[in-house]
Amino acid sequence: MDFIAIFSIFVLACFVGYFVVWSVTPALHTPLMSVTNAISSVIIVGALIASAAAGSPVSKWLGLAAVVMASVNIFGGFAVTERMLAMYKKKER
Amino acid sequence: MHELAPINPWVALAYLVAGICFILALRGLSSPASSRRGNRFGMAGMAIAVVTTLLTHELANPVEVLGAIAVGGVIGLVMARRIAMTAMPQLVAAFHSLVGLAAVAVAAAAYLNPLAFGIADPSGQIFTVSRIEMGLGIAIGAITFSGSVIAFLKLNGNMSGAPIILPLRHLINLGTLAAILGLIAYFTLDQSPWVFWTVTALSFTIGFLLIIPIGGADMPVVVSMLNSYSGWAAAAMGFTLGNTAMIITGALVGASGAILSYIMCRAMNRSFVSVIAGGFGADTSAAAGGAKEQRPWKPGSADDAAFLMSQADTVIIVPGYGMAVAQAQHALREMGDLLKAEGVTVKYAIHPVAGRMPGHMNVLLAEASVPYDEVFELEDINNEFAQCDVAFVIGANDVTNPAAKTDKTSPIYGMPVLDVEKAKTVLFVKRSMGGVGYAGVDNDVFYMDQTMMLLGDAKKMTDDIVKALGSGGH
Repeated sequence: MDFIAIFSIFVLACFVGYFVVWSVTPALHTPLMSVTNAISSVIIVGALIASAAAGSPVSKWLGLAAVVMASVNIFGGFAVTERMLAMYKKKER
Repeated sequence: MHELAPINPWVALAYLVAGICFILALRGLSSPASSRRGNRFGMAGMAIAVVTTLLTHELANPVEVLGAIAVGGVIGLVMARRIAMTAMPQLVAAFHSLVGLAAVAVAAAAYLNPLAFGIADPSGQIFTVSRIEMGLGIAIGAITFSGSVIAFLKLNGNMSGAPIILPLRHLINLGTLAAILGLIAYFTLDQSPWVFWTVTALSFTIGFLLIIPIGGADMPVVVSMLNSYSGWAAAAMGFTLGNTAMIITGALVGASGAILSYIMCRAMNRSFVSVIAGGFGADTSAAAGGAKEQRPWKPGSADDAAFLMSQADTVIIVPGYGMAVAQAQHALREMGDLLKAEGVTVKYAIHPVAGRMPGHMNVLLAEASVPYDEVFELEDINNEFAQCDVAFVIGANDVTNPAAKTDKTSPIYGMPVLDVEKAKTVLFVKRSMGGVGYAGVDNDVFYMDQTMMLLGDAKKMTDDIVKALGSGGH
């Protein structure tokens, strides 16, 4: 993809992010942080490409290390978010 | 543009779907009722992104890759399960540091093997745009990593929360920042290793330098800011790889962290620059220590508090970081339940910066099974203090200080505060009379006629009130 196409997606996504995040209720700001943390580990895509590539062993091991780190975040981030969200309850009545 | 670009439109489409799932994940957080569905969308999006990548790239060794995911997954799940809710800020800081380090590793891998990422011509010359993206990616990743490590150490108590002030720090920081940007610009002309690794080293350094002078109670801003950086790092790597899922996510997370930082700064009436410049509370506390006058205040006991609250119609509880430190949230909920059983209306008032990260108090109260519809934000409840019988302040101080409204010379002047002084009676749970809040300013609420100071550990005091309420036979 050419740079301008990607850049357009980026700019539009920033606007989407702006409006979506303002609509998040302040009571859920901590889960917001943990879930954004989990999804920013989508960087694992880059790590997987690096670990799969032949040609440079150092690059491959860096990729594998990044896969481990991103996986900690993905599993840990979503799990801890789920744990927190399960605690939010309405008044029973 | 290059051989490994996603030629297959289905692949590009799959990444787009993943990106949309992430948008829906955040959208779900607009209310607790839809939040869990949102989280599932996030998981689905991540699964789509990972599976697509695994299917469309030949894996050199599937065992290694799946093994790496499994190792990371188990560590993550164990951490998520074991962590105490009071320690959430540390956990989030630790997670941010991992995103940062992963971004650094990916950027370094791309630099060492650019052909595999399709960002170089066959002779190994990396494209100019990719050099900028990579340079920014590794710089932001490294700052996120080292900054988060410091934030983690401060939040976890391994390092003093007090700001550490280096001489000439502004000069050093600005110089380092300028050097990083200059080297990234130079990197477009010369892709030799020294440029790349110097950028990396300088970025790690400035991450440390930036966070060291920032004090503990400013951590909500720092954690939000690092959240934002981790997003921008992911976005930069998304540009390098031409991957829409990474770009959309990076933009979302970047925006999220930026908005949270803004909300936290507004809640302290401080500019983002003044928080990042650091040093808050370091000089003012020394000044306040010298000139403190002795004023009369009224002590009270758990029995007094239990009696006053059980006779009230409405009690508003104001929790702060001290409640989290004392782990008093469960005792507090028990107290609330006993009061409700006596027909008292109990509400909770949360100041945006009442913890060490945005929304920290809400999570702790939710953990203690306080229904979320009894918990109110500052602007929604502030009018009600005038009609309430008792304001029960536990572990909060600066966020209740009326000086923020009246005293132009106060370091917290202009900060929105909870109007507890308007309540008929104020019960103020505090460890001792000596300590002042983070801002180092005295609080007039302590010395008012209607205020009763309940001195002691927040949890022990609350437990004692629960006992008194239970045995009082009201």
